[in-house]
Amino acid sequence: MPHDHHDHDHPHALLPPEPALRVRALETILTDKGLIDPAALDEIIDTYQNQIGPKNGATVVAKMWMDEAFRQEMLSDPMPSLEEMGLYGRQGEHMVFLENSDTVHNLVVCTLCSCYPWPLLGIPPGWFKSDAYRARVVREPRKVLAEFGVEVPETTKVRVWDSTAEIRYLVVPQRPKGSEGLSEQELAALVTRDSMIGTGLAKEPQS
Amino acid sequence: MSRVHDMGGRFGDGPVDPEDNATFEKEWHKRALAMTVAAGAAGAWNIDSSRHMRELLGSKDYGRFSYYEKWMAALADLLVDRGLVTEEELKAGRGDGVSEMAHKTLRAENVQAVLAKGSPYVREGAPPSFAVGDRVKTRRPARNETFDGGHTRQPGYSAGASGEIVIYHGAHVFPDSHGHYQGEAAQPLYAVRFTARELWGAEASEHDEVVLDMWESYLEATS
Repeated sequence: MPHDHHDHDHPHALLPPEPALRVRALETILTDKGLIDPAALDEIIDTYQNQIGPKNGATVVAKMWMDEAFRQEMLSDPMPSLEEMGLYGRQGEHMVFLENSDTVHNLVVCTLCSCYPWPLLGIPPGWFKSDAYRARVVREPRKVLAEFGVEVPETTKVRVWDSTAEIRYLVVPQRPKGSEGLSEQELAALVTRDSMIGTGLAKEPQS
Repeated sequence: MSRVHDMGGRFGDGPVDPEDNATFEKEWHKRALAMTVAAGAAGAWNIDSSRHMRELLGSKDYGRFSYYEKWMAALADLLVDRGLVTEEELKAGRGDGVSEMAHKTLRAENVQAVLAKGSPYVREGAPPSFAVGDRVKTRRPARNETFDGGHTRQPGYSAGASGEIVIYHGAHVFPDSHGHYQGEAAQPLYAVRFTARELWGAEASEHDEVVLDMWESYLEATS
């Protein structure tokens, strides 16, 4: 069972201190032991670098804006459709969608670690994992939003969701004004990663 | 009672830098993520015990390590703790013979299927004692009830606060047990809404709220 060690007798202290060398040493050891397949690492990296990212979430949001039946499904029981769309997977097993409106602005954090909906947004950016974001956004969300250039009216409720379990939350930003008549694909291009975490708004269409 | 990772509400961290945008800032970050995912295939640990190993990093290491350095340190500690790698191997920088768990190793051709399969945490479990709309109070102190300093997913800032159930998520694997290899012990899981003022006092906006997912044993009924 895991237990406390003094810093100097954590096993990790036996590895080289320089991070890149440390990673290489671990990879060598695990490859020698047959516990990892280096080609599998390449495949995992390719998946999260090139295949899975915020475009997945943007597709869902745009479809929710366009298609009322789909929107209702995403708000009540999203997993069957997400699975059908190939948007189910590790760190996205239990999705809940949070719609922003004139009265509520939702914002997502994981104060205890860095939980994030991988199948819909990919791997989180640096700031999402930073101590400053994790520590502050639950206590002073409006100040943090201002640092992202987002001003929420005083009477609009800011609701911060702290992902303490395996539920993964995705914010559905408000559909921007002037986006009537756009195709689903054009709408998806307005949905930024930050707008699905709640630290941004959807982009306005260029006229 | 708390550990360094439990930082919600803490002062002193300075502004958030929205330009710190990269998913992988350095090449080795990619390797660190991929290795952590791949090494999990041996089944020697679970998501809760791996989180706990990161939490067990000393507060000095936790503070000075970058994000993926924490992952790498915890991975090395897990490998030794679970008997997959020896301290001598870490010291030598090479593995001494093939592991008896090597038959479980994730192969490149199976990566897509394994990632897409996910790992759901909902279980058959006891029926919920609370319903949406019920008023509840969280336990105080926030701590693992069985293991001193053990894993829990109740943040310290939520201890002793009164709120309202807003979602029932079903019965979920209980991290306070699972993180210590003591079984899944699924419990009803709820999203609980607190007013910002309940958590932070009169300085907070009267309109704002924080919602946390809480297992049933973190909660008691209140009026």
